[in-house]
Amino acid sequence: MSGTIVAKWRRILQETGKTMSRYIYSFLVFFIFWVAFTTSLQTDELIVGAVVAFIMAFYTGKQFSEGGLSNLSFRKIVFTVRYLFVFVWEMIKANMDVAKRVLSPKMPIDPGIVEVPTKLKSNIAKLALANSITLTPGTLTVDVIEDKLYIHWINVTTTNPQETFGEISAVFEKYIKEIFE
Amino acid sequence: MLDALHYTGYVLTSFGVLFLLLGALGILRMPDVYNRMQAGTKATTLGAVGTIMGVGLINPEWFLKTLIISLFILLSNPISSHALARGSYRIGIKMWQKKDIDAYKKAVQESEEKEEAA
Repeated sequence: MSGTIVAKWRRILQETGKTMSRYIYSFLVFFIFWVAFTTSLQTDELIVGAVVAFIMAFYTGKQFSEGGLSNLSFRKIVFTVRYLFVFVWEMIKANMDVAKRVLSPKMPIDPGIVEVPTKLKSNIAKLALANSITLTPGTLTVDVIEDKLYIHWINVTTTNPQETFGEISAVFEKYIKEIFE
Repeated sequence: MLDALHYTGYVLTSFGVLFLLLGALGILRMPDVYNRMQAGTKATTLGAVGTIMGVGLINPEWFLKTLIISLFILLSNPISSHALARGSYRIGIKMWQKKDIDAYKKAVQESEEKEEAA
């Protein structure tokens, strides 16, 4: 009997801990944004920022994140930074590609919508993947339905779902899996 | 040091403006709404981010602000283009195609059938 009570209390404590960490995480993010936007470290600015961030966190903390403070683990931050570099490089390549197509007189395009499977589960991870794909060479996410992305491709080379996965989203998926799941 | 930052800023801004110009050219030259969106989203995102970050480098006090503004552009621009593309497809705008490649058609039909059944 006493065992079940202990287990119940432990569960309640864990739940509160999780909720608290979500609130604290959103407070930290809002506060950092405040400091970055005001770019000053004066005490009165910081106090006003803390108050505003507290109010924002109070109202949005529950919806703001799922993982809470665990989003700030060292590993995730390292992967995020590496992902940003990969992403910026892919984006520059994308723009060179589009520039080439726009400027060449013949306009070498062969568009169509292809299907790309994804193994990501959480909504936020799918959002990140879809956004990344939209910003890279000749691909535009038209829709995400369950575990399939529908992508408008400016120069279709293959329609086989396995090969489209390799060509379009494989680069991002391994980083996004580490960051969001 | 400050001079170097200045010049990098000017180079970045010029790059951004160049890509914005290419995006505008793309919107004029491409054959249909989806391909225009391809040129529109990518070139304008890099163009806007380049220009804004360039301004941030020319005036280092603004750097953090411009960084956050670019982050918001990177997050919101692809979402709006996705919404435009999805909306245009669902109201029946045809794609310009050489071959008939359209995996989305079946998915749209299936989801509409599900809605009717429900």
